[in-house]
Amino acid sequence: MTYKEFTEDQENFEDNNIVGEEFDTKKERKLVVPGEIIAEGEEFLPGDFTRKEGNNIVANRYGLVEINGRVARIIPISGVFEPRRGNNVIGRVEDINFSGWMMDIGGPYSAFLPLMECPRFINRNNLDEFAAIGEIMAVKIAGVKKSGVDLTLKARGLGRLDDGRLIKINPHKVPRVIGKEGSMINLIKDSTKTEINVGQNGYIWIKGDAEGENKAEEAIQLIVKDTAVSGLTDKVENFLKGEKK
Amino acid sequence: MTSYAKRIDKRKFDELRPIKAEVGIIPNADGSALFAFGETVAIAAVYGPKPLHPAHMQNPERGIVRCNYNMLPFSVTERAKPGPSRRSKEIGMVSGNALASVIDLERFPGTVIDVEIMILQANASTRCAGINAAAMALAQAGVVMKELVSSVSIGKIDDKIVADVTKAEEDWEDGEGATDIAFTMTSVTKEITHLQLDGRIQTHRFKEAVEAARQACEKIHQYQIRALKGEKIDENK
Repeated sequence: MTYKEFTEDQENFEDNNIVGEEFDTKKERKLVVPGEIIAEGEEFLPGDFTRKEGNNIVANRYGLVEINGRVARIIPISGVFEPRRGNNVIGRVEDINFSGWMMDIGGPYSAFLPLMECPRFINRNNLDEFAAIGEIMAVKIAGVKKSGVDLTLKARGLGRLDDGRLIKINPHKVPRVIGKEGSMINLIKDSTKTEINVGQNGYIWIKGDAEGENKAEEAIQLIVKDTAVSGLTDKVENFLKGEKK
Repeated sequence: MTSYAKRIDKRKFDELRPIKAEVGIIPNADGSALFAFGETVAIAAVYGPKPLHPAHMQNPERGIVRCNYNMLPFSVTERAKPGPSRRSKEIGMVSGNALASVIDLERFPGTVIDVEIMILQANASTRCAGINAAAMALAQAGVVMKELVSSVSIGKIDDKIVADVTKAEEDWEDGEGATDIAFTMTSVTKEITHLQLDGRIQTHRFKEAVEAARQACEKIHQYQIRALKGEKIDENK
């Protein structure tokens, strides 16, 4: 790892780790639209998705305002997945060529998983032996270039996901689905007896018996619908219990 | 010959028709909105940024906005023939350009943002309703943009400058006749991103029309903000 890569890694540290967050209901965050003034005064600095115009900080995107000390930034609540180096995502094989797999990971660019990034030996002439078109894989983003995303399988917990189903949600709701230190996702896993793998791109893979899969999917849709409701964990718990009877 | 002393639908000269505005009406889209001026109802859906095919349309420096304007067959009294026409292609292009000027397209080079505008019901000013809906849908889709755009049609009916023209006013023939001008302005700085003039108008009256558009756009902007903040606006009730 070069020094440049190392520093980039440090910068991306927060993005690389899915840190579930518990919605802070005490702190009301204001919803703003593009062009709206979010902070007035010379002391403020523009953060993500904002710009400075004279003495004002102006929103560049639809989302919630967070003012942290002097920095005002916007937390997006909608929009497509923006790939970053180090993101753990779930993708579907779309095409196979002689040097690797093209995958759909959502977002603005198609992604490529080169054969070289595969940790075990694969026959060059038989790539679909490892993953055929339509199969689902957990992958990591190795780099984002100007017109494409490179993927890798060289990390723990990555690889092909057999059977199960794939559902897609808005990537900005992923932290809520996971919950604080994985509390929400573990709750769903335990009570529906399913395996669940959540990608940072909003693709979620669920495997279990049909009933469990249905229940888990419904629970996730419930979370997506009621993202901003307080006491969401209890609500989901009640939902999972109620369905059991 | 009658002069146009009062508006046909009893509105004031600078009054808009009852407005309807709502976002998030199409769950499958990344962003969507409905906007209506009275009987003119438009919906818009935004998809992307996403990979652009065919590849020769890609621009390596910036993304592009691909806007489709479509009048549904039942939107007018005489059935509109479905599919693209000379008119809808032109309106799609100007609407796309009107929106593209506020979007940060350099963020995702080589991609496309698809904007679909459908006119459910038409009584003049359809392109303005469509652009208003599309601006709201773009914001809701999380597209990075400087500000919103608001659009309104300003008319000169006989010698009166009026806001938000209806079909009956567009067809006014007495006196000086009817002129209608579609304006699109950026919501905060009020810069013009789209202007189409249909008819004849004197220079000093045109300046009045720009001022009327500025005021009408500000009103529309307020509705757009309210809708984006979760309100379902329906002034017909």
